[in-house]
Order: sequence, then structure tokens, then C-alpha cells
Amino acid sequence: MTVEFRALRRTYGATTALDGLDLTVAQGELIALLGPSGCGKTTALRCVAGFETPDSGAVLIDGKDVTRVPANRRDAGMVFQSYSLFPNLNARDNVAFGLRVRRRPTAERHARAAELLALVGLPDHGDRFPHQLSGGQQQRVALARALALQPRVLLLDEPLSALDAKVRVTLREEIRRLQLELGITTVFVTHDQEEALSVADRVAVLRAGRLEQVGAPAEIYDRPATPFVAEFVGTMNHVPGRVTGDRVEVFGRSLPVDGTAPGELVDVLIRPEAVLVTPAEDGGALILASSFRGSTARLRVQLADQSEVLADVPGHDAVRLAPGLRVEVGVVERPVLVTARTSGDQEPAVA
Amino acid sequence: MTSARFTRVKGWAPASPLLLVVAVAFGIPAVMLALGAFTVPGAPGEPGTYGLDNVAASLREPYLTKLLTSIELSAVVAVAGALTGTLLAHAVLTSRSAALRESVLSASGVLANFGGVPLAFIWIATLGNSGLVTTSFGLGPGLLYNFWGLALVYLYFSIPLMVLVIAPALEGLRPQWREAAQGSGASVWQFWRHVGLPVLTPALLGGVVLLFGGSFAAYATAAAMVGASVPLVTMQIADALTGNVLVGFENVALALSLDMIVVAMLVMAVYLPLQRRSSRWLR
Repeated sequence: MTVEFRALRRTYGATTALDGLDLTVAQGELIALLGPSGCGKTTALRCVAGFETPDSGAVLIDGKDVTRVPANRRDAGMVFQSYSLFPNLNARDNVAFGLRVRRRPTAERHARAAELLALVGLPDHGDRFPHQLSGGQQQRVALARALALQPRVLLLDEPLSALDAKVRVTLREEIRRLQLELGITTVFVTHDQEEALSVADRVAVLRAGRLEQVGAPAEIYDRPATPFVAEFVGTMNHVPGRVTGDRVEVFGRSLPVDGTAPGELVDVLIRPEAVLVTPAEDGGALILASSFRGSTARLRVQLADQSEVLADVPGHDAVRLAPGLRVEVGVVERPVLVTARTSGDQEPAVA
Repeated sequence: MTSARFTRVKGWAPASPLLLVVAVAFGIPAVMLALGAFTVPGAPGEPGTYGLDNVAASLREPYLTKLLTSIELSAVVAVAGALTGTLLAHAVLTSRSAALRESVLSASGVLANFGGVPLAFIWIATLGNSGLVTTSFGLGPGLLYNFWGLALVYLYFSIPLMVLVIAPALEGLRPQWREAAQGSGASVWQFWRHVGLPVLTPALLGGVVLLFGGSFAAYATAAAMVGASVPLVTMQIADALTGNVLVGFENVALALSLDMIVVAMLVMAVYLPLQRRSSRWLR
């Protein structure tokens, strides 16, 4: 089943939540709607679920306009951000709720619930009530409930945001495994870029109700289409540079410009992992701080012109590249995005 | 004293003022009432004896009719008040008007505490035989001075009380539950049947018990409005205790009071286990 957002527009008073959103989710695809609070991602999802009606535009499921179809006839399973299990029903009855309202026989309901609870890794938790389950277990049950009626579309509204970090990682992998196993078309709303990049086939970045960019996670990260996407997804250094033709000079190197330069003096957007740091006694840069992250360490480096950049280096280099060490700073040779200069009339950064 | 025992005693210490008040204001009167109810007065100059005569008498005519009428009236008011109050609270809480919500909740706070002779007066002045509405619309006399008239007047304070009791519970119903139910294909009715009403059960039952108790114990409004035309146990107790019409029936009055306590306990016996079970859901 495909899901299509066609020129969706939704306003709340003076606030525009969706401003002409166009997006198509392919059959069996998991797409992540990513963006800051208020960008319209949840509103878009709720339009698919039937809990919101757009002011204009349409939602199509498998080519059929469902914009005015009531939520209980849409055939879309949804998992909510906060725990939405029915508190008066145990896990089995929560999962079987949809079958119960469809008056399926008890034996069939219980069999299906058992099957789904096993699928989400809770085969022995059927008798437990929501208050007897942890947050992660509750979301697993909610996922099983959303899948119980074999919906055409699975909608996930920040399902992991209330969970602790470790459970979040485990559960997102579980969700992805299930989604691939069942081949169900899935829309996953999140404000967590790492979550979006790690589970989705494609990521759609939204800003102020509009689609900024949609693409594979690596494409969004490596080749952001706009400065907003570059800033929102991952961390980005703004380094002064000077444009000459279709190249820009930064850190003493000339790099190809990705897109069009807004002028001669620009800020070059460089990822911390693209910044190279080498120990050098006579280096013009100084490591100010180091934050160890296990596989990597993030360094805060002061350049000769007193500006600062962030650099990610392998974790095993963290001891060698300690605060107070003089270094030389370089940059990986690859096309870079540039934006209008925001840092004054500085010369290109050198280190 | 062992340290565990000391800790236990220390744990109760902060509650001692409350326990003292309960003992003085509730415990001692209850014990005295029970003793009086089981005391059969002796001949003049002779001490009474303990026995079940008063309790047995309180469960025979003419007292039984009054007890049953009180139960019936309280049950009608409790059920009608709970239903109407819940529907009103739901309508107000789901309306988009914050002003309506605030004004209804504030008015409920005032009206829930409105009772006694002033309440009887406003209804007599409105729907009594010479009431404004009765005379203006040419309605017949006696509208108010019967069982249903009294029930109507009791609803005047019971419905606002129910609004106050049920409003927090209605606000506790998460929108996600309704949406999750809809997403599972449930209609509005199915959501209420399988989720909404079971979750609201403790608050609904609590409201019914409260309304039942309020009507069951009410005296002044009925006394001022209907007198003896609606036989109620509270008025029978008052008559017996004050020697109005009945003399020497004080212990039967205490037995009737004991009957009332037993009825209230029976109602609580149904309510508490249900409340305990369902309150776990909302933790």
C-alpha cells in the first residue's frame, strides 16, 4: 500500500501546521518524518490516521482518497507517543481489542493476541495489566495492538520518546525488524535525528509545515539540500571561507562548492567528522576540550583567528589529542555546502 | 520497645490528631447510638436491659415503610443525579468554551452546598401551590409535595455535586485511549462500553454513593417542604427523639439510625472492592 500526502494544508488559528505538504510513501517502505517541534510532522501523521482533517489537500492510501473517511474505517494501526494502552484491559485484551469490536470469536482473538505478543517478545505477559508493565513493554504491546488487524499502514507517533536510551535503541531495532518482516508501509514520526537515520528507508525533513528534503538517510546526512537540513541533521561547523568560481577556500584547501554560493565571503558547513586534527608543535590551533564518546571523541579546537570548530576523532586518539595540545586542522576533500556569511568579514579559516 | 515496633508507633503519631477527632466526633456517638439501639427501657424506676426489641421494631411497620421510602428516594436521586451530572460534566468539559466550563464548575461548587430550609423555600416560591411558575402557568397544586417533587429538589444539589465529583475523572480519560480505540475500528459507543465507562467506574460509583448518602441523611429540606406527606426515616427519627407525636420511642429512633448506618455500610461494601480494583488502572 502506498500513502500519499497531496498538498496538505492545516491551520490552527494563526498557526500553520501544514503548508502544502506533498510526499509519497512507497509500498513496504518505512519513512521517517523528522523535524523540530511544531514543524507539522504529527499533524501530517494524524491526517493519515483520520484524527485530523486537513483544511485542503488530500490523503490517499493506495491511490484512494481517504481524507473524509472516519478514523475507525481507515485500516491504519497507530502507536502513540505516550502510553495509550487501555488501563482496564490486560495485555492480551489490549492486543485483541480490535478483534473484539469486530465480534471475532474468543478463541481466535486469544490466538491472534498470543501470536502478536510473541512477535513483539512478550509471550508470557498476556495476563498483565498496563500498570504491571514497564514503559518499553507497554509500547511493545501497543505495537502488537496496532498490528492486530493487519492494517495496510502502520503509523508511529514518536513511539520511543518516553523511553530510556537503552530501551529506545533496542525497541527501534525491533520495530524495524517487524516492519521488514511484515512488509508493512510505515510512517514514523520523530524529532530524534539518530532514530530517523537509523531505522528509515527514507527520511523526510519538515520545517514549518513544508517538506525541506526527502531522501535516504545517508543522502540527508551527507548531502543536505538546504542549510536548515544541514543544521538540523547532525552537527555542523560554520567556518569562514572565500568563494572563487565553483570552489571555496577553507583551512588552506580549496573545496568544490555543493550548489550555488550566495556571494564571495561565505560560511562553509563542515561536519565534525570531516575536520582533520593532527598534532603539531608549531600548529596554529589549540585543543580546548575533549569529550569522550566511546567509539569517538569530540574535540573543541580553537583556530589561529580565535574562532572554534568541533572535530570528531576516533576514540582511541582521545588520549593523544588531549586539551592543551597544539594541532593543525584540515578538512576532508569533498563538496561542501556554503551559506551567507553570518560571522562578519573574517578571512578564510586557517589553522 | 523493639525498634520495629517503635517505628510503627512513630509512623502513626502524625495521624493521632485526626484519630482523636474521629474518635470523639464519630466513634463515641456511634458507640452510644449502638448501645441505645440495643437497650430496651425497663419499667419506670428500673434499669433497661439489652435486647433486639428496638431493632426488630424499627424493621416493622410503620417504620419499615419510612426506611424503604428513604432508600427508594435516595436511590432515585443517586442514579438520576449521577447520570445527569455525568452527562452535564462531559458536555461542559468537551465544549470549546472555557468560560462555560469555568462558570459551570464554579456554579456547581456553590449549588452542591445549597440545602436545608433555604432550598425548600426557593422551590416552594417557584413550584409550590402559590409559587411563581405554578401561578404564572396555571399549573395545578401539589406539584412539589410528593415523592417526585422531593426527588426533584434533592437533584438540585445532587447534580452539581456529581459534576464536581466526576469532572476530574472525565479529565483523566486520555484522548489517546479514544483515538487508539478508533484506530482499532471501535465506534464511539464501543469505546465507552469497553474502555471509557470501566475506567470511570470508581468515580461514578463514588458519586452514586455520595449522592445516595446526601439524600439518605437529608432532613431539613424535606421537613420544611413536605412534612409528613412523604414518609422518610430521618423525619421519623426526629419525631421520636423530640417527642413530637411519639413519646418513649427514643431507643427505636436510635435503632432506626443504626439501620441507616447499616444501609450506608452495605452501599460502601459494594463500592469499595470495585473502587479498589479499578483504581489500580489509573496509577
